[in-house]
Order: sequence, then structure tokens, then C-alpha cells
Amino acid sequence: MSVVNLHKSYGDLEVLKGLSLHVRSGERVVIIGPSGSGKSTLLKCIIGLVKPDRGDIYIDDVRVTDPKTNLIEVRKRVGFVFQSNNLFYHLTVLKNITLPLVKVHGVPEEEAVEVAMKVLREVGLEDKVDSYPAELSGGQQQRVAIARALAINPRLLLMDEPTSALDPELIDEVLEVMRRVSRRGITMIIVTHEIDFAEDVADRVVFIDGGVVVEEGPPHEVISSPRERRTREFLRRILRKRAAAPRCWAVAPD
Amino acid sequence: MIFLDLLPEVVKFMISIAPFLLRGLINTLRIGLLSFAMGFGLGIVTGVLRVSKSKAASAVAATYVEVIRGTPLLVQLLFAYFGLPFIGIRLPPSIVSVLVIGLNSGAYQAEIVRSGIQSIPQEQLDVARSLGMRESQVMRYVVLPQALRNIIPALVNEFVALIKESSLASVIGEIELTRCGEYIISRTFRPFEVFFLVALFYFTVCYALSRLSGLLEKRVRIPGYFRAYR
Repeated sequence: MSVVNLHKSYGDLEVLKGLSLHVRSGERVVIIGPSGSGKSTLLKCIIGLVKPDRGDIYIDDVRVTDPKTNLIEVRKRVGFVFQSNNLFYHLTVLKNITLPLVKVHGVPEEEAVEVAMKVLREVGLEDKVDSYPAELSGGQQQRVAIARALAINPRLLLMDEPTSALDPELIDEVLEVMRRVSRRGITMIIVTHEIDFAEDVADRVVFIDGGVVVEEGPPHEVISSPRERRTREFLRRILRKRAAAPRCWAVAPD
Repeated sequence: MIFLDLLPEVVKFMISIAPFLLRGLINTLRIGLLSFAMGFGLGIVTGVLRVSKSKAASAVAATYVEVIRGTPLLVQLLFAYFGLPFIGIRLPPSIVSVLVIGLNSGAYQAEIVRSGIQSIPQEQLDVARSLGMRESQVMRYVVLPQALRNIIPALVNEFVALIKESSLASVIGEIELTRCGEYIISRTFRPFEVFFLVALFYFTVCYALSRLSGLLEKRVRIPGYFRAYR
């Protein structure tokens, strides 16, 4: 997946200012950066939910930014997990997963149910198949959203701050599922503020600020010894928050 | 009390005319159900067009709504029954009443449907699109099922209003409940009893509808739905 010189403005506000990013097949990239730095916009551009003003995006050899490209075909191969409200509240957990399989991917109903059960087992929620989303906790909802993204067997998995709308005590169960998913070899781009997670999982950490990539590299470089001043300041702010609420150490993932 | 002395006679009279009024009521229900169903179909189509990205479709829908909403139902009925024959369209009152009231209700239902559609958060649409759904699928599988549940009370309200407004069909000679009552009065000269009973019939139907609406809402309720969107 490649992003080349991406520009996007909302009115006078320029969110992306010539951002470029290349992700190799199978690579796990974690994007960090302050709010408003253009991370979400970047992810939405990748699946064509937001149209960039300038620049190009390629997934495999398909140019997503080409107006002639069928975005449906692009989206069929990309899993996307939003920050919140991922699930359709009028459908059961099972239907949430089978609906896109049946209606978008043309999978027969019974087969879709099998796939749904398999991915639900993977996120540990097979007993919730017949529940409605509003009956689940926020963390469980996000796990179902991840299961749904996995169900289509994506080439690329994008996650836009999947834990940042959650109550603190629910974050770890979602991170745990994300860790497990990250071992499957899917190309992943994850936007998150969970620095520990980034250190564990990422092949590469990308720090975005002001609509451009400021610094990127393996986690031990970017997180442990950042070169750029802006990266250092950002990490200091994030880590201070963590020190104030030492949740990350309190619960050891099993 | 003169009235109390008269009461047994009044009740007896009412019972004697009830079967005739009942036929009018049945016709009122026929007009009500058919025109509501027609309005519902029109309402969904128009409501969806109204929010569509196509400027032309949205303009057509808006024009329909504005024209209907900006003119009285009474005038619409009179125009369709007495005016249209001048351009060769001649239909019996039983059909004109259903078509005109249906067309009228469609405009109001379109606005209800539109408000329902617009109450669904943008996030849900983005999620549906991100899964690869076409716009028509987003509407059909994600937006409308949620929107329609939310607008049940408003639709029932419209249905109740429509039942009452169907009394206007009496002006084009359709023998619905109100016209039926007027007819009986012209033969018996007893407006007190007749109109009282006519009103009671309308009330019974409308009250039953409100109760039915509650049951319907309960039937289609999704556990926890109303605390879903924070």
C-alpha cells in the first residue's frame, strides 16, 4: 500500500499536507500523533470515504484515487474498524457479520454463518451471536467489529483508534484481541495512542503531525529514542498521562 | 330533566341508525387504509429521493412535497373531481378520494421518512460504505430499517390524521362516515344523535390505532436501541 503526496483540506483547514507512506505486504504499521494531525483522514482516504484534493493512493496495483476505480472492489478487500459505533444496532451480532458477507461478497447464508462463528470464536464472543450490539459493552462491540473485519479475509486491515472511545477498564480486552490478530500476517495500519501496544506489535511506528510524516522507524527507535523534537514532546505528553493512570501495568495480558 | 326523559328514545334511535353508519365507517376505513398505504409507498420513495445526492431527484421530490403541502386537501379533492374532467380525466369519487388523499399523505409521510433518515448518524453510513455496500444497500439494509422503527409514532399520527381528514371526501359525494351521517340527517332531521355517533365512531377507530401503535413499537423494538447512540 502506498500513499504519495496526499493533500486534503476542509475549507480553510489543511489536514493533510503532502503526506507519503509506504507499507509493505504483511507489515504492521502503527500511526501515532496528536488529534487533528490527519490520521483518521488518512485512513478514510485509503478506502475512498474521503476524497483527497491531491496525491495518490495505491493498494497492490490499484490506484484508489483514480475516479474510474470501483471503490466497492477496494473496500471488499480492506477491513476497517472505526473508533466507535461500528455495529448496526438493529441487527444481532451474527447478522452484523453475515450481512456484508452475504450482500457484498455473495457468500451463501450458511457459509457466512460458519465464517461468522469462526471469527467470533477468535475474539472470544461466540456466546454473544444472538445479542444485539447495545446489549454488549463497548469493548465487546469493538471486538465484534474486529471479527467482522476479519470475516472478509482482508488484504489490508485499518483500525482508527479502536480503543480511544472506551472506558479504561475495557481497553485491554480489545488490545488483547488486536495483538492476536496482528500475528495472522495481515498487513495492518493501526492508529492508536496505546504506546505499549505499539511497542509490542508494530514493525514500524509512524509519527504524524501537522498533516505530514514527521518521523518513522522501528518502535524501539521512534518510541524509545525519537530524533525529532515534536515526537519527543508528543510522547512525553502521552506517557505523562499514562503515569497518572497506571492501567497499562495493572493488568498483564495473558 | 327533559334530556334524561328523552334518553331511552335517543339511544334507541342511535342503535337503529348504527348499521347504516357502520357501512360509512367501513368505507372510511377502506379509504384510510388504501390511501395510507399509497402514501407510505410514495413517502418512502420521495423521502429517499429527497436526501439523495442527485440534485434533480431531490428537486422533484421537494416540489411534490411543497405543492401538496401548500394547498388545502379540500381544494385538491375538488380540483381532481370537478376540475380534471375538463381535460378528460373522469373518475368515480371512490377512486378520486383514495388517489387524492394518498397523494396528499405521501407528501407528509415523505417528510417524516426524511427526518427518520437524517436521524441516523453519519457514522453508520460510513461503516456501511466501508464494508463495500452500494448506496442503495446502505439505504436498504442499514438506514431504512433503523429510520422506520424510529418514525412509527409519527406515521401512526399521520394515519390518525388521515382517517379524520378523509371526511373531506364527502364533498365529492363519496359516502364515507361523515357523508353517511349527513344523509341520515337529511332523512330524519336528528343532527344531535347522528353527529354524536359519527364522532364516536371516528374516536373509536383513532383510539384503537394509537393503542395498536404502542403494540407495534413494542414488537419491533431492539433491545437497548435507544441508549445505543451516545
